[in-house]
Amino acid sequence: MMNAIPNIAPALPEIILLALVSVVLVVDLFLDEAQRDLTYFLSQATVLLTVLALVSMPHSAPVYTFSNMFVDDTLGRTLKVLVLLTVSIIFAYTRAYSAQREMYKGEYFSLMLFATLGMMVLISANHFLTLYLGLELLALGQYALVALQRDSARSTEAAMKYFVLGALASGLLLYGMSMMYGATGALGLQQVATALSTGTVDHQVATIGLVFIVAGLAFKLGVVPFHMWIPDVYEGAPTSMTLFIGTAPKIAGVAFFIRLLGEGLAPLASDWQQMLIVLAVLSLALGNITAIAQTNIKRMLAYSTISHMGFVLLGILAASQQGYAAASFYIATYSLMGLGAFGMILLLSRAGFEAETIDDFKGLSKRSPWFAFVMLMVMISMAGIPPSVGFFAKLSVLRAALSAGYIWLVVFAVLLSLVGAFYYLRIVKVMYMDEPEDTHPIEGEFDMRVLLSLNGIAILALGVFPQPLLALLNHAVVQSLR
Amino acid sequence: MEFSTFVFYAFATLLLSGGIGVILARNPVHAALFLVLAFFSGSGLWMLLEAEFLAISLVLVYVGAVMVLFLFVVMMLDINLDQLREGFWKYFPLGGLVALLMVGELVLSVMTPRFSHLGRNLPPAPEGYSNTRELGMQLYTTYVYPFELASVVLLVAIVAAIALTLRRRKGTKYQNPAQQIRVRREDRVRMVEMNAEKQDIAATGQGEPS
Repeated sequence: MMNAIPNIAPALPEIILLALVSVVLVVDLFLDEAQRDLTYFLSQATVLLTVLALVSMPHSAPVYTFSNMFVDDTLGRTLKVLVLLTVSIIFAYTRAYSAQREMYKGEYFSLMLFATLGMMVLISANHFLTLYLGLELLALGQYALVALQRDSARSTEAAMKYFVLGALASGLLLYGMSMMYGATGALGLQQVATALSTGTVDHQVATIGLVFIVAGLAFKLGVVPFHMWIPDVYEGAPTSMTLFIGTAPKIAGVAFFIRLLGEGLAPLASDWQQMLIVLAVLSLALGNITAIAQTNIKRMLAYSTISHMGFVLLGILAASQQGYAAASFYIATYSLMGLGAFGMILLLSRAGFEAETIDDFKGLSKRSPWFAFVMLMVMISMAGIPPSVGFFAKLSVLRAALSAGYIWLVVFAVLLSLVGAFYYLRIVKVMYMDEPEDTHPIEGEFDMRVLLSLNGIAILALGVFPQPLLALLNHAVVQSLR
Repeated sequence: MEFSTFVFYAFATLLLSGGIGVILARNPVHAALFLVLAFFSGSGLWMLLEAEFLAISLVLVYVGAVMVLFLFVVMMLDINLDQLREGFWKYFPLGGLVALLMVGELVLSVMTPRFSHLGRNLPPAPEGYSNTRELGMQLYTTYVYPFELASVVLLVAIVAAIALTLRRRKGTKYQNPAQQIRVRREDRVRMVEMNAEKQDIAATGQGEPS
């Protein structure tokens, strides 16, 4: 029996990442507490080398390898680069914060890099098995990272809730996938799509599987009614972990939706569109309305995430290339805004003090006019007010939903984003009109200040010139999806 | 009824009662033993499907290794049962209702004839077919990528478990075999040169030897 050795070249970035993470893992064992900065630089080098490997790969049509379980296409590459850059920024933002809270350990870096590997596997998956394994790799790293601050009862509680609900969601997802396998007899996304479109598959069996798959996906992305873990985990986890959970994995989550629903289950689009409409409407309503009542800014941002995911679903449920491109654009800009928002919380926190309530932002313009401006950019972008990139993100998603014919849904989304503008602008009001309660000078490492400033400028610059990123993602989707 | 159908129902009943037993048993040790029963019946079902390798590895890995560890942990922990059961009846109506609804929906959709053809008419295995050999071939050829990924998942699990449980306390006493082996005489014994001294018996107040 002869078996050809699979073509491993398309998976080179993943292989490089895995090899380098293992190096980081081992090297760190031989380092003292004081030499931890070396681990930090090695981790940054790992991420940036992987980006380099991704960017330097020759352009080609989608390549399938490992018995069709892995796909290398432009969409995957673009999203992977976005994920890796996000992770690199996260490392830079959280360095001082983790060091002050006894989380500056080797496992902190290796687990985060392993989770990043999981995201890359997930983005490139072309098979139910690899989708699931990538997801578990990502999730396992996240559970541990949330619990890393072991002596904090709050993070332990958050990690426990996250773990139990995440395991439940994985179970739902697997059950749905097994149903789908029973109905179609295939696990590869293309084979499933072919089996579903030929019409020999029993529709009811496939739909039952679909319900479970959508429920599992919704759990992972955190949309209503599967959102219960989001506020508790965001609030309970150390802010550095909230930053991580709230940004990079969301990009992978959208890729998960696009791969699984947009590619594998595309013939069932009319069924899952109905489900996503319900999820989107509920998320937009509950996320925006509940966020108003929050006094803890991490909790407020958690509910705001839920509403943003509702917007992302609007793009996906259009079930068109335009829709997927819009959803990718939305999630890319959302992770930029999330980095800015949680980065600001990290900047205002210092040893022994967490800037967790909205009151901690009082009078920020008097303490640091520049960083108040950065936060202003983040907030108006989240609210979707014009000169910022958030406006274009919302616009492109709404356009996609509109061209799919969901006028009432678009009207509803616009109305609720008006509601949402209230709590974002409240932060702006608190920063510019109130007197500071906390007059402690703003600390923060030099690299973090520079990156955070660039982050704010990027939100503005992408708002003025959204076309390059939009065109890039459009091109990626057109190249990659049929 | 065919004999294999009878065996299936027997194992399925055992599996379900084992599962129910896990939840209902008051004593955690009994619950763990019920889980062993459930695993055994599950492996019986797999044997019925001619998946011998999976059946054997289920018994070897889960029953032999995982459950024994589990039993150890359960016996070491001091679990307060009353505290665990607190609020059971408070949440029972709502939880029961949701469970009933889900079971009802599943039964309604699965009991249709649509599911009856699934898994029927499988082609017979060729002569000299070995389940274990075939699994091994598949695992290292077609499924090599997920197989490697699974190993990475396990590595992450190890790293996470150690990161969450390993505590380096200050002042703990432990032996370092490497250092013990490398020890030299000079580290342990110090030769001191000194002149002999005469003890002043009267001053120390000790009785004279008689």
